[in-house]
Amino acid sequence: MTTALTATAGSGATRSNAGRKRNYARRYWAFAAPGTLVVLAVIVFPWLFTGYMSLHEWAPGEGTSWMGVANYVRLFSDPDFAWAILRTLYFSVLAVVAPLVLGIAAAVCFNKKFPLRGVARTIFILPMMATPVAVALVWSMMFHPQLGVLNYILTSIGLPPSAWTYSADTVIPTLVLVETWQWTPLVMLIVLGGLASLPIEPYEAAKIDGASGWQTFRHISLPLLWPFIVVAMVIRTIDALKSFDVIYVITVGGPGSASTTINIMLYQQAFSYYHLGYASAIVVVFFVLILAISYLLLAVRQKAQ
Amino acid sequence: MTMNRHKVKKFLGWIGLYASVLALVSPAAFVFLWMLSLSLKNEVDNMAFPPVFIPAPPTLANFVKVFADNDFLRYTINSCIVSFGATGLALLVGVPAGYGIAKAKATRAAMLILIARVTPGLSYLIPLFLLFQWLGMIGSLTPLVITHLVLTVPIVVWVMIGFFEGLPGEIEEAALVDGATIWQAFRYVALPLARPGITVATILAFIFSWNNFIFGIVLAGRETRTLPVAVYNVLTFEQVSWGPLAAAALVVTGPVLILTLLMQKEIVAGLTAGGVKGG
Repeated sequence: MTTALTATAGSGATRSNAGRKRNYARRYWAFAAPGTLVVLAVIVFPWLFTGYMSLHEWAPGEGTSWMGVANYVRLFSDPDFAWAILRTLYFSVLAVVAPLVLGIAAAVCFNKKFPLRGVARTIFILPMMATPVAVALVWSMMFHPQLGVLNYILTSIGLPPSAWTYSADTVIPTLVLVETWQWTPLVMLIVLGGLASLPIEPYEAAKIDGASGWQTFRHISLPLLWPFIVVAMVIRTIDALKSFDVIYVITVGGPGSASTTINIMLYQQAFSYYHLGYASAIVVVFFVLILAISYLLLAVRQKAQ
Repeated sequence: MTMNRHKVKKFLGWIGLYASVLALVSPAAFVFLWMLSLSLKNEVDNMAFPPVFIPAPPTLANFVKVFADNDFLRYTINSCIVSFGATGLALLVGVPAGYGIAKAKATRAAMLILIARVTPGLSYLIPLFLLFQWLGMIGSLTPLVITHLVLTVPIVVWVMIGFFEGLPGEIEEAALVDGATIWQAFRYVALPLARPGITVATILAFIFSWNNFIFGIVLAGRETRTLPVAVYNVLTFEQVSWGPLAAAALVVTGPVLILTLLMQKEIVAGLTAGGVKGG
């Protein structure tokens, strides 16, 4: 009897406790209400409206008219768009791999203790925080084929000068150089966070077994760091696909259309020609592309774990 | 003998480390020093080949020219209004939202913020541009402040979720048991504890808003340009003269660089926590 009573009392208490918790959870939503309203207005509304606009055409003064899927049909038969996708992928692969490799190397360096490490690390992360337009302008002055300081440096160490952003062949690798300069620090910070969390035991074992520095890195650090590297890779991929400021300021998609990535094409369609319906269709396809690639990379991450 | 070899190996290791660090840091340092050098030289030295590296004597004429010719004072004020406005509003709605999401363990809301992070900044512009045009707001600073919320709100919410999740809940629970309302528990217990998180969120939101170019170039009129847009216009509408251009670039990015140097620890903490970035 008593046991039954306590049992009922106990279950009653748990139920009311759970009820109170759920009640609190609901009340905590009040805190999120103003933020939710703002997110609905400036983030969710644009998403939905873009979908709506992609099925319409818009002309200044005339408003919108229904187009059905015509914008999408046109988009998928537009060779400019196919080229823009290819350029974006070319740019993105390079702009992911280079910062990733350099960022891991940098993290290994900055994980060691040496004098002035704090100062060196601060200088190293400055490119990431600096205003992209401002640094892009400085780079564009450095890329000048005749008067630029980079060709001066190349020729004075005996290398041939480069056409940098002034030739269709070199423009994308050159833009990748700027992107790498800017975003290697972010990879470094993420991997450095990973290095700080590594256990010491495997390293002690490796030392006893007489493993070389490279062997230790290759067979112990790299596998343990893999989850952090994948995070850095996902973030870098998304940012490389979205890259706009640096490309727009340095080349505006040129020479010709040699560096017109999806984002640059999108900008031109929307705000140079005011083809807002067509541009909205580009946004939708671009958004799906970014989500698909991020999802793919996250699947890789799941597998890695 | 072996001792000696060990020493040599260690010494070579140090040289290798210093050489690597130098190789990593010098491109970053070089670009900023070159920007400074260009901004302090006269036009003859800037166009000289081989390039003049050290300004002799340095001149402030480029900075004077930038402020005299381009109304940079107004653009600086615009940038301040937009970035402080968007950051302030984001803190106002984002800090409680981060608290609510962390307490209610609403992972789906957090996912939404993550998708917002994935979306290209340009995607927001077409709808917002049409909306502001329809409302007749183009040409004032209000649309810019509102659009910059796209950048600042997700950063603030994201950083604050992480921060509030890391706080121990016991003190608030004690306050609730003592009869405090959940609002009081937030206002007088959680909020003071969250001050370091708010600092991180504020700095990152401010910098991302300050650096933003894409929203300004579409939504800003002649009078409402923010600094990044104004600098870009120095490039497009004037004869290319490198001194004033570099000076203008330095005016825009100088405050961010100084903030980064002063607040390095907070910025690193915030960026590694979420891997967030604006745009």
